[in-house]
Amino acid sequence: MTINKKGLGLNVTNGGVLSLIQDAGRYGAFNLGLTNGGPADSLAFYWANRLCGNELNSTAIEINLGGLQLTAQVDCVIAITGAPMPLTVNGQAKALWRSFLVKAGDTIHLGFTPFGVRCYLAVAGGFDIKPIFGSTATVCRESIGGITGGKLVADDVLPCQAVSKSANELKQLMLPEHEQPKYSKEVLLRTVLSYQHQHFSQIDKRLFFSSEYQVSKHWDRMGYRLQGREIKADVTGILSEGICYGAVQIPADGQPIVLLNDRQTIGGYPKIGAVISQDCAKLSQLRQGDKVHFEPISMSQADNLFHLNLSRFNQTQLIPS
Amino acid sequence: MSTQINDCIRLEVAGENALMLYFSSKKSLSNEQKASAITPDFSPVISHDVHQAVQLIRRHFSVEIIDLIPSYASILVVFNLLEIDHHHLRNKLKKLLQQGSRESSKEGRLIELPAYYSLESGMDLSRIAKHAKLSIKQVINLHQAQEYRVYAIGFAPGFAYLGEVDERIAMPRLTTPRLKVPKGAIAIADRQTAVYPAESPGGWHIIGLCPIDMFNPLAEPTMPIEVGDRVKFVPIDKQQYLELDGHFSNKVSLNDYK
Repeated sequence: MTINKKGLGLNVTNGGVLSLIQDAGRYGAFNLGLTNGGPADSLAFYWANRLCGNELNSTAIEINLGGLQLTAQVDCVIAITGAPMPLTVNGQAKALWRSFLVKAGDTIHLGFTPFGVRCYLAVAGGFDIKPIFGSTATVCRESIGGITGGKLVADDVLPCQAVSKSANELKQLMLPEHEQPKYSKEVLLRTVLSYQHQHFSQIDKRLFFSSEYQVSKHWDRMGYRLQGREIKADVTGILSEGICYGAVQIPADGQPIVLLNDRQTIGGYPKIGAVISQDCAKLSQLRQGDKVHFEPISMSQADNLFHLNLSRFNQTQLIPS
Repeated sequence: MSTQINDCIRLEVAGENALMLYFSSKKSLSNEQKASAITPDFSPVISHDVHQAVQLIRRHFSVEIIDLIPSYASILVVFNLLEIDHHHLRNKLKKLLQQGSRESSKEGRLIELPAYYSLESGMDLSRIAKHAKLSIKQVINLHQAQEYRVYAIGFAPGFAYLGEVDERIAMPRLTTPRLKVPKGAIAIADRQTAVYPAESPGGWHIIGLCPIDMFNPLAEPTMPIEVGDRVKFVPIDKQQYLELDGHFSNKVSLNDYK
């Protein structure tokens, strides 16, 4: 690898619907009112970086729905993971979940995904973006992160490391197909009862955990508003307090909202619990009309699931492609 | 999964990697009553306890804690699952805060913010005056006479919730929020007041403009105030407002309620 000093990298020719610079997220800035941001589907994000041999926190692009087109200004190694967006390089179809070399002048295009929502494009060495408050993660609502605080637009240049000509025999890797996450239109959301759960009756809790909810038309990186069986707390508002990732807010209309990466940091609606992080990532790949169920789990189970998921990720080996 | 740390602090679960500390002053209530007190009063005393606990936690933990969100009567503690589990964190917080409550702590800093109150800069002054049956001068006097406490920062970067506003000029939020509130707007909602750190939508009543940046990513510090500080508004005139680099936005939407 040679360091690219000219600031060259991938040139955006079409930003698509919503393509965002993301690293693992912004932490430690809650005291300023700044939220986390970061990849909505962190698992796919981490895989993209692993395929490129990067540190897991390296800066990549989150492509929402599709439509992104880039032209490489340097030879570089990239990998794309996540929802099944049709990927082409110079018009030739390419598979996701593997790293490969693109050459200066190549055009990378992502079409629209038939299901799922988000893809991650990582580059070996990570994109060289200046962090703000310790992170490059873009939160549009806050105008913080990325290149300008907003989504990628045509003519943005994302600087990256150039691969030297002699290194063209670079190791190209793939995630074996049976290890690739499967995206479906239905997700189970394992939820720790927490916050104001004692303000929901046993009956309402039972209804909540036995009902099917659909993703409404209001879903984005801030949160997913669901539709289904109404449940009610015995209070309508609480003194504003900190909101964690995955918190399930129940406003006065009784329809749950699962709060995700770009959530507001504090709020005053009652919350019944919080969905575990790995299931939040799956939720973020759903869109309007897709279905979810909630399942109650204990804090210890949540802890076990976190560590199991992590060790599975660490133990899964990439293979040469 | 509720742990009573002492008479005033209760520890609850929030999420996979988050615990909640709830603060109250209801020393006489039983635990059961406390658990059901969902909207405890907030007060400078509770806020002081919150502020003190935040400082203690910051001092005693490092890699185990990812972030803290203090608010009116609570602290969300987000922890690193690779460094500590919820059992250990619970025990550590319990030990720390039990002994910590005896420590004396210093009062938050007093920060003065210049405020240009006028009909020109505070488009809702006359409505508040009418609602409160006071003169505009009296409304301004009541707002600037008070010393406020920074209870929480959130909603948007740099947005600080200051309390409490004299109840004579407390106003319910606009039924239809404005699409654009100018940067620097000093506004009132219920018994809270705030300075809008950036142009944004908002349903609070605007009574003036503050020329100081409440949030500047390039400045050090980023914000002039932090949770636990005390704030006083110091009236300035238009000339001073402009000299302090204050601006007038003509982008304010006239989406006043009818």
